[in-house]
Amino acid sequence: MQLSRIRNLSVVAHIDHGKTTLSDRILEISGAVDPRDMRAQYLDSMDLERERGITIKLQSVRVNYHDHVLNLIDTPGHVDFGYEVSRSLAACEGVVLLVDAAQGIEAQTLANCYLAMENDLEIVACLNKIDLPAAEPDKYAKEIENVLGIPADDVLRISAKTGEGVGALLDAVIERIPPPTGDPDAPLQGLIFDSHFDQYRGVVSSVRVVAGTLRTGARLRFVQAGAVHDADEVGVRAPVPTPVAALGPGETGYLIAGIKDVGEARSGETVTEAARPAEPLAGYRDPKPMVFCGLFPVDGDEFPELRDALEKLRLNDSSFTYEPETSGALGFGFRCGFLGLLHMEIVRERLEREFDLSLIATAPSVAYLVHTTRGEVVEVDNPSEMPAPQEIELIEEPWLAVTILTPADFTGTLMDLCQTRRGEMQKLEYLSPERVELRYRVPLAEVVTDFFDQLKSRTQGYASLDYEPAGYAGSNLVKVDVLLNAAPVDAFSMIVHRDKADAYGRRMTEKLRELIPRQLFDVPIQAAVGGRIIARETVKAKRKDVLAKCYGGDISRKRKLLERQKEGKKRMKSIGRVEVPQEAFVSALRLD
Amino acid sequence: MSAMRTAAKRAPEALAQQHGVYLHVPFCRSRCDYCAFATWTDRAHLVERYLAACRRQAAGAAPGLPAITSVFFGGGTPSAVPPDRLLAALAPLPLAPGAEVTVEANPDDITVELLDTYLAGGVTRISLGVQSMTPHVLAALGRRHDPASVARAAEAAHRAGVPFNVDLIYGAAGETLDDWARTVDGALELGPVHVSAYALTVEPGTALAADPARHPDDDDQADKYLLAEARLTAAGFESYEISNWARPGHRCRHNLLYWSSGEYLGVGCAAHSHRHGRRSWNVRTPERYIAAVEGGRSVEAAGDRLPEAARRVEGLQLALRTRDGVPAAAFSREDLQALGGLVEVADERARLTVEGRLLANEVAVRLRG
Repeated sequence: MQLSRIRNLSVVAHIDHGKTTLSDRILEISGAVDPRDMRAQYLDSMDLERERGITIKLQSVRVNYHDHVLNLIDTPGHVDFGYEVSRSLAACEGVVLLVDAAQGIEAQTLANCYLAMENDLEIVACLNKIDLPAAEPDKYAKEIENVLGIPADDVLRISAKTGEGVGALLDAVIERIPPPTGDPDAPLQGLIFDSHFDQYRGVVSSVRVVAGTLRTGARLRFVQAGAVHDADEVGVRAPVPTPVAALGPGETGYLIAGIKDVGEARSGETVTEAARPAEPLAGYRDPKPMVFCGLFPVDGDEFPELRDALEKLRLNDSSFTYEPETSGALGFGFRCGFLGLLHMEIVRERLEREFDLSLIATAPSVAYLVHTTRGEVVEVDNPSEMPAPQEIELIEEPWLAVTILTPADFTGTLMDLCQTRRGEMQKLEYLSPERVELRYRVPLAEVVTDFFDQLKSRTQGYASLDYEPAGYAGSNLVKVDVLLNAAPVDAFSMIVHRDKADAYGRRMTEKLRELIPRQLFDVPIQAAVGGRIIARETVKAKRKDVLAKCYGGDISRKRKLLERQKEGKKRMKSIGRVEVPQEAFVSALRLD
Repeated sequence: MSAMRTAAKRAPEALAQQHGVYLHVPFCRSRCDYCAFATWTDRAHLVERYLAACRRQAAGAAPGLPAITSVFFGGGTPSAVPPDRLLAALAPLPLAPGAEVTVEANPDDITVELLDTYLAGGVTRISLGVQSMTPHVLAALGRRHDPASVARAAEAAHRAGVPFNVDLIYGAAGETLDDWARTVDGALELGPVHVSAYALTVEPGTALAADPARHPDDDDQADKYLLAEARLTAAGFESYEISNWARPGHRCRHNLLYWSSGEYLGVGCAAHSHRHGRRSWNVRTPERYIAAVEGGRSVEAAGDRLPEAARRVEGLQLALRTRDGVPAAAFSREDLQALGGLVEVADERARLTVEGRLLANEVAVRLRG
């Protein structure tokens, strides 16, 4: 394959700006997919992806257009997967920036665009959905010029839905995006930018050959994993997987090498020939969980099923972590770490859906750095593992650099939101008279509790959000414990800013008062920071639990009722002598 | 105080010699909101055939029965059917001398003539469905009887010389503690020998169940129970079961059978039997019951015989309801401790305290066989 005829590109777009429709249209126009086999969202292969309209697992696809080979490399559509975005951009020479002509550029798209610019990628900007009555292509072309410095005249206008302008876009791609370079005879450097687990083939990786040649049958070294595997099959997705003898420099395709665990072929991994190794490519990063929660089966008997499901799921997604956890309130489960909130939701939903489990999650937490009085620094991602207050010198928490793009009307309410979430303003800039860019530093812990939902509801869905980690900083944090008859309920312990401790304590004690069944004695429900009680409620002792009538016809019924009551007692969790059905804890967490 | 029949005064015979019969009358003029019993308001045309069928079932069962020491005509509204037919239904049974025979009655139905017929037929005891002495509470319960007829019925019973029980219900929507106090006091003024006071209970499928706003409150019912206990005890009544109080010598022997795992035959639709250690129940509707009897088939719908250990636990759970309680050894030491004020132990027996009666389920689940 002549390098000059290859173009590797990603489409960078906000969630519903039409990326998938554009991909569908390109497949159709290039003749890669027979119109009879065409279905909407051809490349989103998971049900979840189609339903949520987001891409989680990456796909790359190869199409032929006007004597050129175009490799379309998909990028995940959510900020949780920012690292994967950076890896897929590293596999490209250019990007198509796709912006909804009725909405303008969104925060995360902008962030990805900056990332592409930093990587010296060529940007082909285009406005999509020009068929919509609400489209304002002139206005948003001007905005793109203001924000990214791309001349408005160079911004293409298309409708991925009707196909208008898509041909011209592909022409522009061929014309503006440079072809890849590379020496086919150099030692092999292949960049893995995605892997997924196929139950028949094992791990299937998407790979971009940066230098050298990737040949079927070659003995390969996976540099970061430190493992050697044979290339059982090398191929291209056209989009049907088609084996090829070799992929040369600049080419993109897939690799199957008999690997059973995606953790051994992670995004950012470099493959090279075992016999003639090359230097690893720059930019590899271990996926690092940012958000943590406990996952417990609602039915305690399903613990083994949950363990098996996690094992299987991890074959497909090495970016979440899990380890067994035992909770007095929720029984046996797992402490899990995720890239972000959406990732957490996705994993949980896949566990429930694909493995038919019913799960309850504890409130999301982040990883704190705790400096102890003994001079150690420990990472704590589970509130129940937080050292006692007197042993803590300082707690540091992770912060985010948050970028929000919003219609100017909502600036006030968003500043208020950031303020209540302990945000520190860095910048406020008008991108145009109607659009504002806000930059804040906000603690991650404040973002993982419904920040995104608040952002959307306060702005009728118009504001968009992007963030990236911005290091750790010390904060006045405390652990709030919730006590049932003086015994802590681990599932409700939470690390919060001191100023918010009282409110959390009140909320949880009130909620539990509603849910804890009355016992034979008064049950105090308290919230405490260290030894100090900050909120208290009481569940008054139960006074009546008796079957009023018990004559001939009632006897068998009564016996069964008492049997059920006895069975129920066995299933109760006993905390501080208080018998609580797990459902009460489950409801308390669900209400949160 | 009313005259008392000598039979009712006699000390109960040993349990082994006792055998009861329950006859179910599945007919009512109207249905109360809270009622989940097998009873119908539109089957008056079946009364004759139904009671004839009952008589046939009784006649068929008679040869295998020992002398019957107690009979209970329950319902439904037994006083709503012709008394001669009602009593004739059990005529084939071998009644023991001095047997206790109770008829449940709607106060509206009671006349001296009716009572005379009952007495002539061997009835020794009447149970009056009074429920409340407060008109707005009666209305809230969906009861149709005339409060004034309660006093008339009691007066008739006194004149006929038949001792009677008063059934009361507490916890209806809108019933204040004062309302309930008036009901208890009013009931005592009627001169009963026995009072059954039941916490209003929401049974699935009833009109009450469908209206959560009218569901009773546990704390309110607990207060009312304590009030009833205090006033009835002060009036010389003795609590001998969770919901039952009697003057000395007037405990209901038939109901004691239920709580002492005694044996009884159920006659009529939906009636339960406990015979030879096996519990069983008859088909639920009067039509199916009549058809079975007339067709010469068994009237039993189903039954079960519990394993020995389960029977023992069941026996303890039932006995716990009564003043005699259970052997203290039926609880573990820890449970007895945990149950603190709910159970008192004396003479190797564990008995429910007043608070314990209100939480009897909590206590009962800790019994071990």
